[in-house]
Amino acid sequence: MKEMSLPAKTENLQTVIDFVTDELESFACPLKARLQIELAVEEIFVNIARYAYRPEVGEATVRCAVDKEPLQVVIQFLDQGKPYNPLTKKDADTSLPAEEREIGGLGILLVKKSMDSIDYEYQDGKNILTIKKNA
Amino acid sequence: MTLTKQQEGSNLTVFAEGRLDTTTAPQLDELLKTSLDGVTQLTLDFSRLAYVSSAGLRVILSTQKLMSKKGKLVVRNVQEAVRDVFEVTGFSNILTIE
Repeated sequence: MKEMSLPAKTENLQTVIDFVTDELESFACPLKARLQIELAVEEIFVNIARYAYRPEVGEATVRCAVDKEPLQVVIQFLDQGKPYNPLTKKDADTSLPAEEREIGGLGILLVKKSMDSIDYEYQDGKNILTIKKNA
Repeated sequence: MTLTKQQEGSNLTVFAEGRLDTTTAPQLDELLKTSLDGVTQLTLDFSRLAYVSSAGLRVILSTQKLMSKKGKLVVRNVQEAVRDVFEVTGFSNILTIE
């Protein structure tokens, strides 16, 4: 698995996206799957940047591995911020009219809908979120 | 992201090109905040919008709430990746999409 660590700040989002898409570069990853992966990466990284260490800034580590035939992308996010399992958060109610809609919860919903699996564990003081996409 | 405005009387069309994400959503938010005085029909043209994340949805939702009080919001020419995001989040039910 390739790995990069960097300050968990939203300004670093593009760096993280580039790291993952560079890994995908040499594989024939369909555009649709690629955009879904970018979406999941954005939602998870931005969530870490905004909440994990608030009000401080801490470090995030992103790991990425790509398996060929069948094409599967595995991405892991690690941080040492407050323990937080996004999978326990209730899904946003997508049936409400606009006036009653709140924006919270849409990010993690998008991750769930665009990935094939999401796993969370808390180990050695670290939040570890692993997403998998069969592209 | 590139944003272009086209105004005819109280009808405003905004063309959004590129990616509407955490980095660029504030640009759209800012442009709309300063452009909606006297506007009763707002059209967001997404024919060249390739990507939207929850940060973009946030701006679209607050704009929908605002425009429903003073007129109408129409979203048009939505491309597949953006349409998928609207579908799974139920935004396709709360927006007028043409």
